[in-house]
Amino acid sequence: MSGEARPSVSVLIVDDEAPARAILREYLGRIPEVRILAECANGFEAVKAAAETPPDVVFLDIEMPKLNGFETLELLDPGVAAVFVTAYDAWAVKAFEVSAVDYVLKPYAPERIAAALDRAIERRRSRVTPSPADIAAAARPEGTWLERIVVRDGSRVHVIPVEKLVAAEAQDDYVGLRSEGKTYLKVQTLASLAASLDPKRFVRVHRSHLIRLDCLERLEAYAKGSHIAILTDGSRVPVSREGHARLKSLLE
Amino acid sequence: MHPILARPGRLNPYLAGCMPLAAILAALLARPGAGIRIYEAVAMAVPLTCAYAFIGLSVWYVCREFRFKGGDALRSLVAHAVGAILTSCIWVGIAAVLAAAWGLWSPFDGLLQRLRPQGLALFAVGVLLYVLAAALNYVLLALEAAHDGERREAELAILARDAQLAALKAQIRPHFLFNSLNSIAALASADPARAQEMCVRLSDFLRKSLAAGEKTAIPLSEELALSRTYLDVESLRFGDRLAVEEDLDEKSAACEIPPLILQPLVENAVRHGIASRVEGGTVRVNVVRGGGRLRILIENPFDPDSPSRPGAGIGLRNVRERLAARWGAEALFAAKKLTDRFLVVISVPAEKAA
Repeated sequence: MSGEARPSVSVLIVDDEAPARAILREYLGRIPEVRILAECANGFEAVKAAAETPPDVVFLDIEMPKLNGFETLELLDPGVAAVFVTAYDAWAVKAFEVSAVDYVLKPYAPERIAAALDRAIERRRSRVTPSPADIAAAARPEGTWLERIVVRDGSRVHVIPVEKLVAAEAQDDYVGLRSEGKTYLKVQTLASLAASLDPKRFVRVHRSHLIRLDCLERLEAYAKGSHIAILTDGSRVPVSREGHARLKSLLE
Repeated sequence: MHPILARPGRLNPYLAGCMPLAAILAALLARPGAGIRIYEAVAMAVPLTCAYAFIGLSVWYVCREFRFKGGDALRSLVAHAVGAILTSCIWVGIAAVLAAAWGLWSPFDGLLQRLRPQGLALFAVGVLLYVLAAALNYVLLALEAAHDGERREAELAILARDAQLAALKAQIRPHFLFNSLNSIAALASADPARAQEMCVRLSDFLRKSLAAGEKTAIPLSEELALSRTYLDVESLRFGDRLAVEEDLDEKSAACEIPPLILQPLVENAVRHGIASRVEGGTVRVNVVRGGGRLRILIENPFDPDSPSRPGAGIGLRNVRERLAARWGAEALFAAKKLTDRFLVVISVPAEKAA
């Protein structure tokens, strides 16, 4: 508009439908400071593209092959601002509203995209970017639980089905996820992970430990009130007094 | 329970209805030359008729067990013959006890002896009454069956209407509509001619499905055309990712099916199958008619590693219910998830338009 130069914004477009990418490209292309880094047809492509050049803002569809929009966002750097672009999804829209995420409903006017971009930049500047895992949790219909966990290792993506998760341990800002003899690190709090998992199958046995109930081999008394859980893979996990009470109420 | 005993208001009219029979029986007993006085005949006939009225009720159970259907006629006849002899014997026995009891009172002196020659006639009357009771019970059973049939028909009609309503509701599929409109918006500047073409296809599809939703049955060829229009619209979104293979034998085209049976299944195949695969895939529709039945197979690949999308079960359940509402147990519906393919098989009676 005026002559003042605004800093350029790098944008990633992720949608599995070619026409949907085309119209986003067209509308974003009308905004002078936007620099489109890449157009991706699925989450894997997005992770790869973001590993090469991290974007400022990502425009994401929700229903996509391989990885959905929430999972894709979880795998990008936490600083990236996301704008979800979706056709219709009552649960997702509710989730966006409670977690104050930008979203645009298809089809949309060019102004709507420009406004969403502005808000996303503002949020990025003030570093208010809600946790993708929490958005995904809010978007899950009540009574349904996380089915799989996505983890990034460099530009490689691991998908861990929850039935293959043995235990999880809080490690500073990460959770260490143990599955099939390997441990995967993910930026997430243990509380947030625990809240997404079926409480009948996964138990928080300790402030920094969570186990899958099926993997519990036996319990051994340890110090006064506390126990040690021996899991089917041979590992030993501390069980606090509260954790022991939770375990007991589930096993009874 | 017997329908007459099932409601309290029915017993008295029934017994009153038996009284003319009591009069006839009394007249029969006191006929000239039998040596029975009128008051003696009445004193016998009224309690005996009442007794038979109750015995007759039990005939209902025999009738219910042996309805005259198919080759069961002989068995029913034997059962009723045994029933008639048994009830008549009991009845004559009751008559004898009653007559002996009256005989203890002087005005009825020697009643049992005087009645004895009429024993056989009484037995015959018992058999006749049995036939009468059986006929009455068969009429009652037939009325009950007709009533049940009406109720069942009404229930089926409600079920069919519910299912149709659900199908119509499903017609307002926001996801599909908004995505299609978004694609049209994308084409509007890049390829205006194709955008126009897509508007026509989408309108075509909406018009056809609205029209189909108002009917109770449409020819399979029409339903397939509707599915094809739907796939035309979707091919714009999915491009090369969506391929379709249709295999339909000539004889099937005219068969009638409830509307919007195939289209939701094809839509499921696209939404939960093709859309889940990066490389897309082929939706196969195969229709065969043979042995009086119509068999429809819909097959699509899906990516077992993709996150599941909500809503697949609703469409399948709706189709299953509508098939059941029309054909009951005659309609077979199976949905099977293999490692990376999804199969839906339908088998229904092949019915041509009248």
